Amino acid sequence: MIHISDLRASVGDKEILKGISLDVGAGEIHAIMGPNGSGKSTLAQVLAGHPGYEVTSGSVIYQGKDLLDMEPEERAQAGVFLAFQYPVEIPGVSNAYFLRTAYNEVRKARGEPEADPLEFLDIVADRLKLVDLDEAMLQRSVNAGFSGGEKKRNEILQLAVLDPALAILDETDSGLDIDALRTVADGVNKLRRQDNAFLVVTHYQRLLNYIVPDRVHVLVDGRIARSGGKELALELEARGYDWITAEQGVGA
Amino acid sequence: MATAFLKQFTNLEPEGPAWLTAIRQRAIARFGDVGFPTTRNEDWHFTSPAPIAEATFEPMRAPTGLPDESTLAALLPGTADWIRLVFVNGRFAPTLSRPDAAGGVKVMSLAAAYREEPSLLEYHLTQRADIVDPAQVFTAINTAFMADGAVVQVQPGVSTPVPIHLLFLTDDAATGGVSHPRVLLVAEPGSNATVVEQYASLGGSRYLTNAVTEAWVGDGSTLHHIRLQQEARDAFHVGTTAVHQERDSHFLSFSFATGAALSRINIFSGLHGRGCGATLNGLYILGGSQHCDHQTRIVHAQPDCYSRELYKGVLDDASHGVFNGKVYVHPEAQKTDGKQTNNTLLLSERARIDTKPQLEIFADDVKCTHGATVGRIDETALFYMKSRGIPNTQARKLLTYAFAAEVLETIPVDILRDGLERMALERFTGTTDA
Repeated sequence: MIHISDLRASVGDKEILKGISLDVGAGEIHAIMGPNGSGKSTLAQVLAGHPGYEVTSGSVIYQGKDLLDMEPEERAQAGVFLAFQYPVEIPGVSNAYFLRTAYNEVRKARGEPEADPLEFLDIVADRLKLVDLDEAMLQRSVNAGFSGGEKKRNEILQLAVLDPALAILDETDSGLDIDALRTVADGVNKLRRQDNAFLVVTHYQRLLNYIVPDRVHVLVDGRIARSGGKELALELEARGYDWITAEQGVGA
Repeated sequence: MATAFLKQFTNLEPEGPAWLTAIRQRAIARFGDVGFPTTRNEDWHFTSPAPIAEATFEPMRAPTGLPDESTLAALLPGTADWIRLVFVNGRFAPTLSRPDAAGGVKVMSLAAAYREEPSLLEYHLTQRADIVDPAQVFTAINTAFMADGAVVQVQPGVSTPVPIHLLFLTDDAATGGVSHPRVLLVAEPGSNATVVEQYASLGGSRYLTNAVTEAWVGDGSTLHHIRLQQEARDAFHVGTTAVHQERDSHFLSFSFATGAALSRINIFSGLHGRGCGATLNGLYILGGSQHCDHQTRIVHAQPDCYSRELYKGVLDDASHGVFNGKVYVHPEAQKTDGKQTNNTLLLSERARIDTKPQLEIFADDVKCTHGATVGRIDETALFYMKSRGIPNTQARKLLTYAFAAEVLETIPVDILRDGLERMALERFTGTTDA
């Protein structure tokens, strides 16, 4: 699905990703964990094409294509999705219009016919149930005045509607109470298939009780310090990050 | 040129009562004394009226023909059941109008009001709009030349079931001409009405519309006034709305401006009773080398009143927007609560906005705030949309529309709000559904 090789990225003069290599195959869920400031969110943003980061070296091959050579919208149309840590409010644009526009752009890119507003309503009604959101939210402006939990559920709704091949969840669990966390995790689990993959970025192990990863990678100071199975997440929960940081001999 | 108007006046055979003729003579004399303003006049600092002052406009010629119903309906869809008066090239078009006098509201042309409502006119007409201030000579010119227009009187306690649509059109014969439409709105005590004043073009170029609207909002009444300036792109438009508010009255104004090469829109309200509210909102969408200047003035003359202003502008290419918001608070107007906001979105490096709040407060127990922002497209929101597959150009247009939609949402008439949202969306995105 995606092959990341020695990826380095900077903001201004500050290097944040210092050589990341990672392979995620179809049907897999990988978790990216790590202390604050380790570069987890940067990795997520760089993969989505955020213009604020400069990739200085390395490569990212997604489904055989050079991902770094694609505009953010081209990446989305090709099936890469980033669930934002801080979803953006867009007052004045309804969720319905936003979602349908995005859906149709992705459909167009796949050579599939666009959905008219009524057809789209059918599609989205089904997905709304998945994240326990009310249909009335479609008429509200995108994320405007949403609670933290609603914003995160809206990200998962978008994920469900756009049906990406590679979904990157950036701290989707932050700011969620346990019920909302379960709802979001259940939604993701129902979307798991043999032909898609998830990259779950999280600071805490809690989310991984519900979304069980195949692999866990610990990021420290812009590098993957350790990789392992799902039990690595439990060890981190018990021991914290300090022991890995200490093993690396670098400050977090 | 000033001399052209003075000469035209000597040839004028003014209609209306004798008292009005006397006021017309005073008005033209005032114009003769002070002439057109220049940018040295503080109220015209950012807008030079020279393109109007240096041109010669003939009295507008009669229309070559009248538009059909489908043409009119397309200008403001969904309004087939509204009360409507139509004027083409400054002339009342009775066959296109639906002046429903039933239901407690009188809607008639100015010429009809001369005959049927002489005392109403004598009490209100020319009483609200200032012709003495040198900055307001366009009102003086309108007063001297006013020939046709609309008179609306909402009877005490009446709520009009449908809005009243006053439609001022031009056609090809308007080219190079000037019209001076005059509107008088009287909301008697306890009444509630919505008036939509629309200036649009079906043809004609380089013409001048010089409009004046006077409104009196009686005790406890509410008047919604929505003004649409959609003149031809090379036309000139000067429009003044002068409002007098009595106790516990509410005046809610919306100014939507997308047309004309040069336009100046004045919205003035005087709060002359306790417990009044004035809400002045607006949206201007400009491109090319368009110039649009909004001047608002709210006079708090009595205690316990509030005023709210939200003006937004979307400026592309080398267009130039001006917003000047004046708020005067008299010494006796304690507990005044005023808020003014002007937000502008610049879509081009060459676009320009001059925004100037002007608060003059002579009472000590008041709350008055103002704020202005000038910005470009929000890059965070842009990336969010792109990350969902929406291409750059479309995302930018959608964000531009969203900026404008915030103020359009304040329009209380559903069909009109939806119509203007569609117009704005179409202008920005080429589609009509959001």
